Amino acid sequence: MKLLTSILLTAYLGYVVGVYTNFPWWFFVFSSAVIALTIRQSAFTTFFAGFTGMFLLWFILALIKDTSNQHLLSQRVAPMFGLGNSSLLLIVVTGVVGGLVSGMGALTGYHLRRIFRAIISINLE
Amino acid sequence: MRFVYFFLSLSITVALVWALNRQWPLGSIKSPRIGYFLSPQQGFWQNAESASPSFDLAVKSPELKGKVDVYIDQKLVPHVYADNDFDAYFAQGFIHARFRLWQMEFQTHAAAGRLSEILGKEMLNTDRFFRRIGMVYGAEQAMAESDKDSTSKMAIDAYAAGVNAYISSLRPEDIPFEYKLLDYEPEKWTSLKTYLFMMFMAFDLSGRDVTTDLQMTNAKNYFGWDNFRQLYPLVQDSLDPIIPRGTPFIKPVKRPIAPSDVAVRYLSSSDSSIAYSTPESKFTPRQPDADNGSNNWAVSGSKTKSKAPILCNDPHLGLNLPSLWFEMQLSTPTYNTYGASFPGAPAIVIGFNDSIAWGVTNAGRDVMDLYTVRFKDELKKEYLMNGNWIMSDQRQEMILVKDGANVSELIPITKFGSVLYDKDFNVPDSRGLTVTVKWTATAGNQGIKAFLLLNRAKNFNDYSAAISQWTCPGQNFVFASKAGDIAIKQQGKFIAKWKHQGDFVMPGTDSFYQWQGYIPMQENPFMINPVRGFVSSANQKPVDSTYPYYLGSAGHFPLYRGIIINRKLNEMNGITPEDMMKMQTSNYNVFAEMARPALMKYLDKNALTPNEKKLIGEMENWNLRNDPKERGATIFHCVWDSLESAVWGDEIAASKFSLPWPDSYSLLERMLKGKGDFMADDIRTKGKTETIQDAVMIAVRKAVKHIETLEGAGKVNWSVFKDTYINHLLKLPSFSRLHLGIGGGENIINATKSNHGPGWRMVVHLTAETEAYCVYAGGQSGNPGSVYYDTFVNNWVEGTYNKALFLKREAAASSDQMKWRMSFSN
Repeated sequence: MKLLTSILLTAYLGYVVGVYTNFPWWFFVFSSAVIALTIRQSAFTTFFAGFTGMFLLWFILALIKDTSNQHLLSQRVAPMFGLGNSSLLLIVVTGVVGGLVSGMGALTGYHLRRIFRAIISINLE
Repeated sequence: MRFVYFFLSLSITVALVWALNRQWPLGSIKSPRIGYFLSPQQGFWQNAESASPSFDLAVKSPELKGKVDVYIDQKLVPHVYADNDFDAYFAQGFIHARFRLWQMEFQTHAAAGRLSEILGKEMLNTDRFFRRIGMVYGAEQAMAESDKDSTSKMAIDAYAAGVNAYISSLRPEDIPFEYKLLDYEPEKWTSLKTYLFMMFMAFDLSGRDVTTDLQMTNAKNYFGWDNFRQLYPLVQDSLDPIIPRGTPFIKPVKRPIAPSDVAVRYLSSSDSSIAYSTPESKFTPRQPDADNGSNNWAVSGSKTKSKAPILCNDPHLGLNLPSLWFEMQLSTPTYNTYGASFPGAPAIVIGFNDSIAWGVTNAGRDVMDLYTVRFKDELKKEYLMNGNWIMSDQRQEMILVKDGANVSELIPITKFGSVLYDKDFNVPDSRGLTVTVKWTATAGNQGIKAFLLLNRAKNFNDYSAAISQWTCPGQNFVFASKAGDIAIKQQGKFIAKWKHQGDFVMPGTDSFYQWQGYIPMQENPFMINPVRGFVSSANQKPVDSTYPYYLGSAGHFPLYRGIIINRKLNEMNGITPEDMMKMQTSNYNVFAEMARPALMKYLDKNALTPNEKKLIGEMENWNLRNDPKERGATIFHCVWDSLESAVWGDEIAASKFSLPWPDSYSLLERMLKGKGDFMADDIRTKGKTETIQDAVMIAVRKAVKHIETLEGAGKVNWSVFKDTYINHLLKLPSFSRLHLGIGGGENIINATKSNHGPGWRMVVHLTAETEAYCVYAGGQSGNPGSVYYDTFVNNWVEGTYNKALFLKREAAASSDQMKWRMSFSN
């Protein structure tokens, strides 16, 4: 349940941050990190949730654009990335790029959370 | 330990973002910022337009004076109905930007010598070149001159305001695809950019002499005067000029006088103005295509089925995506015009209105000359003229370089033009000299005014007044009206030259070699309502040798399209628009018609091998059409090409400096006169003197060998051999249209070469209700992610046309052919 929540939240906040297109494209690292700070999971699960949330968001957004565009632009861009004429591969690459940045953001959030927890526990003692 | 993990993962995150947010060098180009480029909310996916898009829009701007309704038809052609002129040009600027913003900015950046700013230091020499020939200076001069005229200033300023209204409406994710790819942003549009664009056209149509004058000088010095004259003849025997032979011309009031020392100092092969020195080659200047030209003609009612005139025009320029052309209608309560516009400039450039139609072809006249100038020292502040030191204007321009240091370019301007080649900017053929360029395009032209007036012209007098504003590049303006008049005029500001003036680099130390004046415009070649019932032009020489002024070397004037156009129009009667479309797309090769018998005359068929016999037989039986599937066209092309190489290729290859390749008619006309042996000898074979018979045999053998390899690759069919393509402006293959199965070629009415040709075709039937057909090699949208990116390309390849929807405002509002609507109001 926690995992699903953090994946959906990553995607949702990633989308909301992305609406503000004056911000740089990578601003979602902060939202992904904040989610990792708040929802306690293992290091691997945190990375996995961060990756998957953003992967799904970018994959789905690109897929929607590509479908309504009838693959016109992706067929022209894919060869520039050495992906032949595969629109789907380009969409997957898009998702992976978003996913990696988000996953690393989440992992950084996870480690920050561990530091905070250490500080808090020291203080409590 | 926790801190270590934290910093480690933070570092990796930062590094990842950095790497994905950076342009990586890929050879001479750079990658986009991958993360940004792929981001679906910001990057290129945003440019993936819906396949059933909506272009409806309501624009509000306080600058507008009234209302504009724009109806957009299913071809994405906008029909602009404005309450007044200002609003019409505002809307045109907005619409051009809406569909072609990146291209508009890129072309004007190129013209302004600003490509280094977006592409980096690789473009520095190109930028310096454009600045040195005076592109920016010329645009500034034109703007200063044009601003004195309130009509021009209003139109160009209104246009700029419209472009800027669009730019400021853009959210970051909306900017065109190419900005994201190259990673920069649109800047504010200015009126100067329209003038820069016009300079770009002027260069494309009159700028070849930046190198041909050097090459011609080399050729004259290398071959010696007599051989030079044979190889690059001034006279074209088979010329059919724009103004028919025998037409009388006005006696000029004043004729230019050649300097007294011209024979020794200028025309001799030991040219004293050229001091040989070892060239330090750095840069090959960009040279406009030799075939930048066009066809246009108008037939009067006496020759048409409907008794109404028909006007046709197809300009031949480089084939690019997005296209140079944008189709649209512009309408206000006082005028209503339709046709091809230039994204980057207001008005319709080639088109028609409710009363008339007009079109243009390039005049090809020599309006650019080179001089060798002597400066006192490296500072280039003083130069020698008639024995005195004269001060130059020291113009300084700053070139910004992406990821590099800015470059300050000094451009001294003299009475002989601005410094083009010198020690700092050398080309192999300028030999370390200081060479200046003098060009009418930089002399303060009215630019777009002629088109603003043509759009409103109602009759012949209006047309005459309109085109009298046009100065550079010289154009043949064809005209037809519903009143029944047809006319053509070669219009421009042409230099009154003494014979051979400006064919070669001139001594720039003596005022006698300066331009002595301009030809009065009323003496420009002109014709109205001729008895033969048609007027035409195809970049050939405008007049025969009785015209009192020197026109420049014949290499400026292609010969054969004019011959076939005039022959066809002479023969035709009861003409319909369909006949004209068929003629515009005709692949008949009149050059081959003349050259094939000449070839066969000198070919010893008995000496051929069976396969040579077979292929030459195919060429002999060829129907003389360069249709896509013809093999004969390819065989002929290869044989003729090889023959030219066999005749003068050896001499040219032996020169230290680059020489101009002589024109095909030079060889053909000598062969037809029985003088084919001239230069037929292969200078590389000692002790043997080849004749034209030998050269033809050598050519046939070489061509057949080549055809055999082509056969293996399945490339003998003409269109496959020619391989026409339309390049994206950044030359990205997947954004271009490649391997188009279209016929035609050089010397053919359908002048489609591999990356060059009749990008816009138009036929206008001036019946009571105008009937017009257009097609161009592109699509209305410049967005490679739009279904409208290359809409017309297939039609264009097939040679079919689209009927123009030319309606009045009320009719347009209720037309079911209009798909979208934009409205503009304040």
